[in-house]
Amino acid sequence: MACKAEVEESFHTVTPVGTVLGSGRGRTADQVAGSVLATCAMVSFLAVAAIVLYMVQKGAPAILEVGWKEILFGRVWDPVGTPPRFGILYIVLTSLVGTCLAVLLGSSVGVLTAVFLAELAREPWAGIVRTAVELLAGIPSVVYGLLGIYLLNPLMYRLERKVFAGSDRHQFTGGANLLCAVLVLAVMILPTVISVTETAIRSVGQELRAASLALGASRMQTIFRQILPAARSGVATGVVLGVGRALGESMAVMLVAGNCVNVPLPFCSVRFLTTAIVSEMGYAQGTHRGVLFAIGLVLFGFITLINGVVLGILKKGASKFG
Amino acid sequence: MGKGKKGFWEFLILAGICMFVAGLFIRDGRGQNESPGLSDWREGNENQEGLWGKNTEQDREPEEKPEGILQIAGSTSMEKVTWALAESFMEEYPGVTVTVECVGSSAGIEAVAEGRVQVGNASRTLKEEERKMGLVETFLATDGIVVCVDPSNQVQNLTKKELADIYTGRIVNWQQVGGEDIPIVVIGREAGSGTRDAFETYLGLAGQCRHANELDSAGAVLARIATTAGAIGYLSMAEADERVKRLWLDGVEPCVEQVAEGRYPLSRPFVMVTGGEGTGQDLLVDTWLTFVRGRKGQKIMAHIGLAGP
Repeated sequence: MACKAEVEESFHTVTPVGTVLGSGRGRTADQVAGSVLATCAMVSFLAVAAIVLYMVQKGAPAILEVGWKEILFGRVWDPVGTPPRFGILYIVLTSLVGTCLAVLLGSSVGVLTAVFLAELAREPWAGIVRTAVELLAGIPSVVYGLLGIYLLNPLMYRLERKVFAGSDRHQFTGGANLLCAVLVLAVMILPTVISVTETAIRSVGQELRAASLALGASRMQTIFRQILPAARSGVATGVVLGVGRALGESMAVMLVAGNCVNVPLPFCSVRFLTTAIVSEMGYAQGTHRGVLFAIGLVLFGFITLINGVVLGILKKGASKFG
Repeated sequence: MGKGKKGFWEFLILAGICMFVAGLFIRDGRGQNESPGLSDWREGNENQEGLWGKNTEQDREPEEKPEGILQIAGSTSMEKVTWALAESFMEEYPGVTVTVECVGSSAGIEAVAEGRVQVGNASRTLKEEERKMGLVETFLATDGIVVCVDPSNQVQNLTKKELADIYTGRIVNWQQVGGEDIPIVVIGREAGSGTRDAFETYLGLAGQCRHANELDSAGAVLARIATTAGAIGYLSMAEADERVKRLWLDGVEPCVEQVAEGRYPLSRPFVMVTGGEGTGQDLLVDTWLTFVRGRKGQKIMAHIGLAGP
């Protein structure tokens, strides 16, 4: 995605100058510059190609051996059993449910924060909040995970023991469950959602605000009926980028989610696609290892889908406003 | 402008194809290597050494001091013992640098098979297909696996039956085994782990355990047990420190003496896997294996809490 944009840009900057100058030396310099730019652009393209090739090469034999239906729709994950079972249905579901919940939560808070920053906040508050958001983006995910272990898990365990007091069917998880992962992911996607949405809101024309206010609409009516709808493609981009971030996160989730393959219920210990790969790669061998690469392919598929959605939104937004 | 555009794209596509083709050739040449970049670099190094010291093979004297880098990779359970051995080995042979990577038993064995490291740590014996690749294991010690609970737990001892019932979800509260009224949080290791394999084999429960948490390292299990009321988990004896409480098993105390005498029932072997004689097993590896099986090595292992051969 980024690669294509870069290539196009390099083309636009290079060719016209060369044509205008027309002189031999200028042309050669241009060509050299052009190939340097193209080589740079190739790096990311080649990286993606290499990764995909490698994953297919490693994962395809296992997919053929086990069968993609068995992998995608099987409910039992017992990779070292006899016979081994490689069903990742619950893992996929967990990733979908967990990501959806985290994005719902994170993007509601995120969009409202962005509205506050763009429309309401006065200095120094806007500056303070913005700095906090930027810092949030810079915190490594393992730190989120550790905080989750030390703050969230004990709280969750207390809650769990209240909710399931006297129940002998529930398996107690010690607080490492889906809810924890959702909360941690929701916080982690905040910076992405906030910064993209704020930019989108700021780029809405001043005349829209003026017109709405002049017609007697209140400030909140203006924000929620006029500005947000006008900025919707930007907001959607922010949310979808947040989805990508949440789907791909592994470290923080691994620390707080408990890592057992279960139906994604709030108080169950669950395993996400990312953690399924990370937690077993060390000891996996043979088909087991191949299936882990296949899970990587599934994850890659989801991420590609999401990138496609972002591109679609951006294109739609561009054709409408640009 | 249209012409320029076309030329540019042609260049781009050509460049792409060239790099792809080059990439494919390089891959083919490398054959089975897992991480081409890294191994390439190391292979290069080895070749150089081969050129420089072509005749050392014949000239070698028995008491020659080994030099160079000894790369070890493998089981996370063996991290502590390997580092302890490595440090004292480096003290004795100052020309040697030992590196230890803890990537898991199977990954360590694979690394030896591919020639990326000289020694692989495994907390299990070699499988048949691994032996067929020409790998050889050297028995290091017997490691007891100890069942641990959080320090506030009142329970002292569990029977094999109780342990099995806890791990299959038939016993869910500590009350049922003589403790307080606290739910049991069952903690296990990830599929493929040597510790888990040994534990489940002992209980006869391969694939039937219902875990509440599946953690991917001994350190994580330790931390989780220490901080969660009602948690139970299993750890290598060398890994379980004073942050957790060790449970007796069938009335036998989990300690080195009991493991050494074969009374403590839950144990597994620690082995070091090498390429074997005649497959590049050089002086350095031989010296290392002699050292760890010698008097000093045994002393270190006993100190850490492992039962020697």
